[in-house]
Amino acid sequence: MNFDFTTEQKEIKELALKFVKNEIIPKAQEYDEKGIFPKEEFKKAWEIGLINTCIPAEYGGAGFSNVDSILISETLAYGCMGMNTSFMANDLALLPIVIGGSHEQKQKWLTPFTENFKIASFCLTEPNNGSDAAGIQTTFKDEGSHWVINGNKMWITNAGHADLFVVYGTIDPSLKHKGISAVVVEKGTPGIELGKKEDKMGHRSSDTRGIRFNNVKVPKENMLGKPGAGWAIAMATLDHSRPLVASSAVGGAQRALDLAVQYAKERNQFGVNIGKHQAIQMMLSDMAMKTEAARLLTYKAAAMADQKIKNTEIASYAKAFAADSCMQITTDAVQIYGGYGYSKEYPVEKLMRDAKLIQIYEGTSQIQRLVIARELLNK
Amino acid sequence: MNIFVCVKQVPDTETKVKPSGDGTFIDTTSIKWIMNPYDEFAVEQALLVKQTNASANITVVRVGSVKDTEALRTAMAMGADDAILVQADDNLDSYMIAKALKGAIDKSGKKPDLILTGKQAIDDDCLQVPQLLAQMLNLPSVSVVVGFEDGGKLKLKRETEGGSLEIYEVDKPAVVACNKGLNTPRYASLPGIMKAKKKPMTEFKLADVGVSDADRRVKYSNFQLPPEKPPGKKMDATDTAKQKDVVKQVVQLLRNEAKAI
Ligand SMILES: Cc1cc2nc3c(=O)[nH]c(=O)nc-3n(C[C@H](O)[C@H](O)[C@H](O)COP(=O)(O)OP(=O)(O)OC[C@H]3O[C@@H](n4cnc5c(N)ncnc54)[C@H](O)[C@@H]3O)c2cc1C
Repeated sequence: MNFDFTTEQKEIKELALKFVKNEIIPKAQEYDEKGIFPKEEFKKAWEIGLINTCIPAEYGGAGFSNVDSILISETLAYGCMGMNTSFMANDLALLPIVIGGSHEQKQKWLTPFTENFKIASFCLTEPNNGSDAAGIQTTFKDEGSHWVINGNKMWITNAGHADLFVVYGTIDPSLKHKGISAVVVEKGTPGIELGKKEDKMGHRSSDTRGIRFNNVKVPKENMLGKPGAGWAIAMATLDHSRPLVASSAVGGAQRALDLAVQYAKERNQFGVNIGKHQAIQMMLSDMAMKTEAARLLTYKAAAMADQKIKNTEIASYAKAFAADSCMQITTDAVQIYGGYGYSKEYPVEKLMRDAKLIQIYEGTSQIQRLVIARELLNK
Repeated sequence: MNIFVCVKQVPDTETKVKPSGDGTFIDTTSIKWIMNPYDEFAVEQALLVKQTNASANITVVRVGSVKDTEALRTAMAMGADDAILVQADDNLDSYMIAKALKGAIDKSGKKPDLILTGKQAIDDDCLQVPQLLAQMLNLPSVSVVVGFEDGGKLKLKRETEGGSLEIYEVDKPAVVACNKGLNTPRYASLPGIMKAKKKPMTEFKLADVGVSDADRRVKYSNFQLPPEKPPGKKMDATDTAKQKDVVKQVVQLLRNEAKAI
């Protein structure tokens, strides 16, 4: 067993960290407050190769492993979990193409993302179907040479800026998950109606909207896999994307820990640094243990995906544990900062708001536990 | 066209530096190394020259310990073509480093057309190597450079005290020591990092480049952390009647203790 990164991986991390310190951290607070979409940072990150890490080398990508990808994502999230949501959504949207697309489809939709800066959206959730994804009601109607899409999507990250949407729907709602399918919809296709930008608690720089698909026609060849293959594609995507989302929580937790340690050394109460008070020390130690435990689970889930070992259960451990830990750790960071932590002048309240979302999207913490229990009991 | 860029590896500015046990250097065991920030301007300048002169070859040279080769790999990931590492302890003095750099350039077999460096290293802040190197190579040198044009001859802008600029016209080859403001160093890219793996790195020992301990001009013996600052003094001047007295005391302190006036 070896817990070391390769030299290249260390260099990748260094580069990402440098980028984060120069480009992300200085902007994070302002973009959050004003809800500014980080388009420029997104593009700069793309230029140096930190975006779309899931694209295989064959289609112009860098050919990163899952471990490489989460190393980058963890580091970007260290700078801002909110911005990383926008960045990561590209991978979330492109992964179904990587996993379920044909060679022609990959050439058509993946390669352009390596040639030019482009943004993508992953459209699964609906106003009435979140956790119960198999119940989605968006329909794909067969019209000979076309699919006609009708339905509403909700909470779609990057929607306002996306060049490409990967949309989940059903060819027949009565088939439940056996009817779920995925199609690629390009920006500008008639009938796409974007909702208003949601005003959120955290991840405020990310662009989240509802989308209405109103008789949107796409060619038959835009479907990924066969009709009804969507559920299997979505599940396989989650095995890759949950470690990615978990890594965002790890990055956020590490940031909270670093800030809390630094503050504990600086802030004086009762004549000593607050770090000298045992109650603070206990909190810091718990934060450090949980951060590292979450990190190890996350890298294990990714390494399993790289080794093509089924990782559904571990990916859910990682996602739930990292998200829940991040919530606790960021809350404790605010506690350690005391009244200053509660103020927007200091960076930790934002971390606490940002942490919350990671327990919700990409399968809530409850859903992860359902997945784990199902795996446990069906063994 | 052969461009040499001399880069130094220095402790990350966020690293807490402490003296080594015997006081002859800093404790390097847990230091995170980065490329000296001024050297990034030198690497970027070389890359800018290469953009207009595709046949240019950029060699980065570093003298230092082998443990990490961070600075050289970063430079190659940014776009430099090859690297030379002269293996040596990290505690050489400026003269030895300059001599080792000269030796490495000579040994490379490539005739230098341009040598770029940072204006100073942010660890020891000696500001000597570029000038020493130029002297040893018998080349012109300009330091603190914030403007660079190559029209056959080099037109170099250099910053002086008070913010005024001096403009020099210099024949190539020359040693140009770069300052902040000259350009905006690019990030290495991830594909760049992958490509850098395959770029050649030549390693020399100090003896290979003709340097021995006899070349040492400065011997380090007693590294210490700066003394901790004594706490500030507070005077109570809220009572108007006391203010005259307080002012007198402050003036006394500034004169006798702080020796500021
Ligand atoms: C900012 C943001 C960005 C998002 N981005 C995207 C995106 O890009 N693409 C996309 O498709 N979706 C996206 N989502 C949607 C997200 O994945 C869903 O919100 C999430 O899956 C939960 O669904 P829901 O909101 O409908 O909650 P519900 O499913 O209604 O859940 C409500 C509560 O009930 C619990 N619950 C539900 N079912 C069970 C059960 N069986 N057992 C126990 N507890 C249960 C849940 O855990 C939760 O606590 C985003 C959401 C947000 C807020």
